[in-house]
Amino acid sequence: MIDVALAISFRGMKKSFTNLAFVLPALMFPVIFFVGFAGALAGVDQLPGFDYAPGYETFQFGFVMLQSAAMAGVFTGFGIAQDFERGFARRLMIAAPRRSGIVLGYAITTMVRWFFNTVVVFVIGLLIGMEILGNPLQLFTLVILGLLVSLIGTLWAAGVALRLRSTQAGPIMQFPIFLLIFLAPVFVPIDLLTGWIHTVASINPFTAFIEGARSLLAGSTEEVAVAFGIAIPLAALAGVWALTGLRSAERG
Amino acid sequence: MSAAAQIAYLGRRAFMRSIRQPGQMAFALIFPLFFLFVVASGLNSAASLPGFPADSYVDFMFAIPFVHGALFTALNSAIELGRDIDTGFLNRLALTPARGIAIMLGNLAGGVALVLIQYCIYFVGGLLMGAHFDAGWLGVPVMFALAALGAVAIGSAGMTFALRSGSPEAVQGIFPLFFVALFLSSMNMPRDLMENDWFRWIATANPVSYLIEGLRSLVIVGWDAEALAIGFGIALAAIAVALSISARAFRARMTRT
Repeated sequence: MIDVALAISFRGMKKSFTNLAFVLPALMFPVIFFVGFAGALAGVDQLPGFDYAPGYETFQFGFVMLQSAAMAGVFTGFGIAQDFERGFARRLMIAAPRRSGIVLGYAITTMVRWFFNTVVVFVIGLLIGMEILGNPLQLFTLVILGLLVSLIGTLWAAGVALRLRSTQAGPIMQFPIFLLIFLAPVFVPIDLLTGWIHTVASINPFTAFIEGARSLLAGSTEEVAVAFGIAIPLAALAGVWALTGLRSAERG
Repeated sequence: MSAAAQIAYLGRRAFMRSIRQPGQMAFALIFPLFFLFVVASGLNSAASLPGFPADSYVDFMFAIPFVHGALFTALNSAIELGRDIDTGFLNRLALTPARGIAIMLGNLAGGVALVLIQYCIYFVGGLLMGAHFDAGWLGVPVMFALAALGAVAIGSAGMTFALRSGSPEAVQGIFPLFFVALFLSSMNMPRDLMENDWFRWIATANPVSYLIEGLRSLVIVGWDAEALAIGFGIALAAIAVALSISARAFRARMTRT
């Protein structure tokens, strides 16, 4: 299984990092979101009740890194669907002795790609004055959280792609993730949200991930256990979804 | 057949081709309204910032779906032109008496007809989300006209890429560039409330800010002659520049053909 996973991830990484048409859009979107939101909305941290010590750039970085993690998974789902449409995935399934390695390979590619993009956004953040109060261990934990979110996104999208095997399924992969991401406290802390969005954000698992990430960036461990407590079972659930999708693809 | 009739004929073709792709249509309709909905809800508290120019954030953001819609639809039109070149349709069209100007404007006209329908939906959607439109009913056609001019400017720029590359994928590839221009503007915050000087400088240099501010003035101020004049001026200048470049690209493409 490991051999299959490594072969798939090598192919994916080669495709991702050697073709500008793949590198740029995947990198540009997190950069645009980060620069656009952190740059334009910095004054929002003057609102009464907005008490996030490292500042608005860091507040937005916490969101953008997890948003790009989840969306990187969705883009991998598009790639899997495309591989099916072109007939490549069928040949791959015939050639692979352990087919679960295929899903694992795609997940590894996504995580590596996400990590690369996040490093770029992080450097841009430092250049525009982002402050990091977390220690190296907390930043390491933050990366693990990002990898878990990326894994959840990939397994979800892979499950859809393996069942429907068409790029027409793109919106089904994308829209639920998009909803989860933007129905979380993206721009202000949850306490400053009012009305229906506060209620929705309170029960949205993505809120826990964002709050965990923002805590780690601020040098705190508050909400981190909750974030991992939700992310790990969710990743396991998404794994079951992806593997049953693989069984469905095997049956054709 | 007169040039106007040719434009109408080709515009109808472009319009029909777009509405036969429900996936594309749905995205151009749903995404802008969804974006307005979540951003306006998430940033509602920002309206209480001292000096914020609107009563609510949904009023402030009301104009943004119009710009999003212009972007998606105009680029889709340019992508379709790229497909026409890719599949050889433009070559076949070149053998007919259709004039060059009709081919170019026909493609744009189809896109404009489509965005005008979308604008009606965005307008009603925005009002249902609680936005107030200060310019009154007379301001509605003005808003639609300014936003449609924005769509023509984007569509003309996209057409240049389509004509130069002859590939729908290449046109798709320029989408992030327009997205950058949108995000690095005064879309989310008035320029005078931007705390980061570097961002305020970029937003001030970005013509998209003035298009947005012209549209926004109708929603939150009513009739602001200066904002509207600058908005229309920027849109018309952008159209003039983009159309003249795309006309040259068209001639070059036809010569190659």
